[in-house]
Amino acid sequence: MGIEARRAAIGERYMTNGSIVVERLTCAYDGLPVLSSVSLRVEPGQFVGLIGPSGAGKTTLLRALLGLVPRVSGDVIVAGQSVVPGSPPSGVGYVPQVETVDWTFPVTVENVVLMGKTGQGRWLPWPSREERREVAAMLERLGIGGLGNRHIRDLSGGQQQRTFLARALIGRPRILLLDEPTASVDVKTRDDILSLLVEINQNDGVTILMTTHELNAVAAYLPWVVCVNGGIVAQGTPDSIFTSAILSRTFETEMQVVHHPRTGRVLVAEAGSFHALAGRLSRGEQRNGSG
Amino acid sequence: MTFFTEPLQFEFFRHALIVATLIGALCGLMGVYIVLRRMSYIGHGLSHSILGGAVVSYLAGWNFYLGAGAWGFVSALLIDATARRRRIGADAAIGIVTTASFALGVALISMKRRFTRDFEAALFGNILGVTEEDILVIAAVSLVVGLAVFFGYRSLLYTTFDPELAKVHGVPTGWVETGFALALAATIVASLNVVGATLIAAAIVIPPATARLLTQSFGRLLILSTAIGAACGFFGMFLSYRYDLASGAAIVLLSAAIFGVVYLMTGLRRALGSRRMVGQPVAQTRARVRGEMVVARLPRADDGSLG
Repeated sequence: MGIEARRAAIGERYMTNGSIVVERLTCAYDGLPVLSSVSLRVEPGQFVGLIGPSGAGKTTLLRALLGLVPRVSGDVIVAGQSVVPGSPPSGVGYVPQVETVDWTFPVTVENVVLMGKTGQGRWLPWPSREERREVAAMLERLGIGGLGNRHIRDLSGGQQQRTFLARALIGRPRILLLDEPTASVDVKTRDDILSLLVEINQNDGVTILMTTHELNAVAAYLPWVVCVNGGIVAQGTPDSIFTSAILSRTFETEMQVVHHPRTGRVLVAEAGSFHALAGRLSRGEQRNGSG
Repeated sequence: MTFFTEPLQFEFFRHALIVATLIGALCGLMGVYIVLRRMSYIGHGLSHSILGGAVVSYLAGWNFYLGAGAWGFVSALLIDATARRRRIGADAAIGIVTTASFALGVALISMKRRFTRDFEAALFGNILGVTEEDILVIAAVSLVVGLAVFFGYRSLLYTTFDPELAKVHGVPTGWVETGFALALAATIVASLNVVGATLIAAAIVIPPATARLLTQSFGRLLILSTAIGAACGFFGMFLSYRYDLASGAAIVLLSAAIFGVVYLMTGLRRALGSRRMVGQPVAQTRARVRGEMVVARLPRADDGSLG
């Protein structure tokens, strides 16, 4: 189904609010700029990947969309609302990096998912029957049905990611922001999570903006990719931006781009400058070698 | 049976029993949030910090509960604000704010030579000297904090688990933190007369730590910790009477003993569970590595490979 058909199916107003507009945004921590004059537009229903080296400002950009980082200058409009630092916009789901989660905290999967409904007016501690049904249906949809009473620490990496995805989705967001949702999971789980995100994007019309370090396995398959390194280096379809020049500039290291001999799809040789060292290792030139 | 009936004939003991049970429950309830926020020593620090407020209240002729409570509230807010700075952790923030406030109290005492009030009660607790006003204040604090935790359960849980994400989901985290600081200050001030400044940390930390060994559910943790705190306050008072011990020390020692027993029992249960699991038939795991199918299996207890 094309975007026009989806727009008609879901409703114009719903889709219009699923946009992101960033104008000349500059963010700094303790006076040190992390993002400088970033301008970005994400259309309703788009699926966009953010790539760039560690410390490039990808997470800061996501957090700036939520009003969670101090801003030096610029404007941010998310889901039709002008975002002010300290006041997150409504209608946005966020899945942070799993490294930030306190896994020893005594909460079950159901507890975590219900957190996504905290600001929705119910004052009693226990969930209503309707809420329980909603959580069960969401867990079922994300492929973790029946795990509601499990402690979050007792789940696999993929199940943990889905739990936090469920928390973000239970409030029916128009925009979903994900920070490395496929980090630290195996290949099968990564593909399952991506399939799920595609389904949410296609069926529910949710705008998705996600960061990733996996260029070949994730970013190369997304419809639109934005290269970030302190600012926007380039953006476009993977075919147009996966060039040696753009990626080398983004990652500040030599990046080789080759084409798959059978499918013709672009492939990135990510460890560019490490090849020379790797060659030395294989030739046994280690300092603490075989001795 | 006289263990229970004999002390109950004294009015001062009945008052003390009510107060100790209420304070035990209150500290157990608040302790869950404090321990999960990794601020276990905030109780210890705030109780010392409140000394500054108590001295100022005394010199200014204010009501002790109001003066010390307001002082504790401001200290708790300052700790929270200081801890939010990225370079200063909660532990350092507690150390800075509470020692500065304590030092202010000490400085005021040394400046005013006419200062004669006995602060031994504030340091070690004087539960047997509680007045009816004390009982009313403690009952009111327990009721208000209990209701706040009940109706603010969801917001408090989310703010404790992940304050940043809670804000994203529309939780007014600033108000929640302010309310929490107020409840915390009220709990510490109310507890001073019972367990004393030196033992408050234990009254706050041990019940939730014990309950944590018994459950993985946040709701059950709150109920268990409150019940353990109340039970330690209740039975600790009888022990205090029977063996002529300081009330605060008796309550804390009983809590510590219960923690020790639960720790050993849960450790034993886990060890037995592991042994049983090792004896189970092994599961086989198949995987394809470099094109070759390999089968991995867990060793059994009687498998030679374990030796």
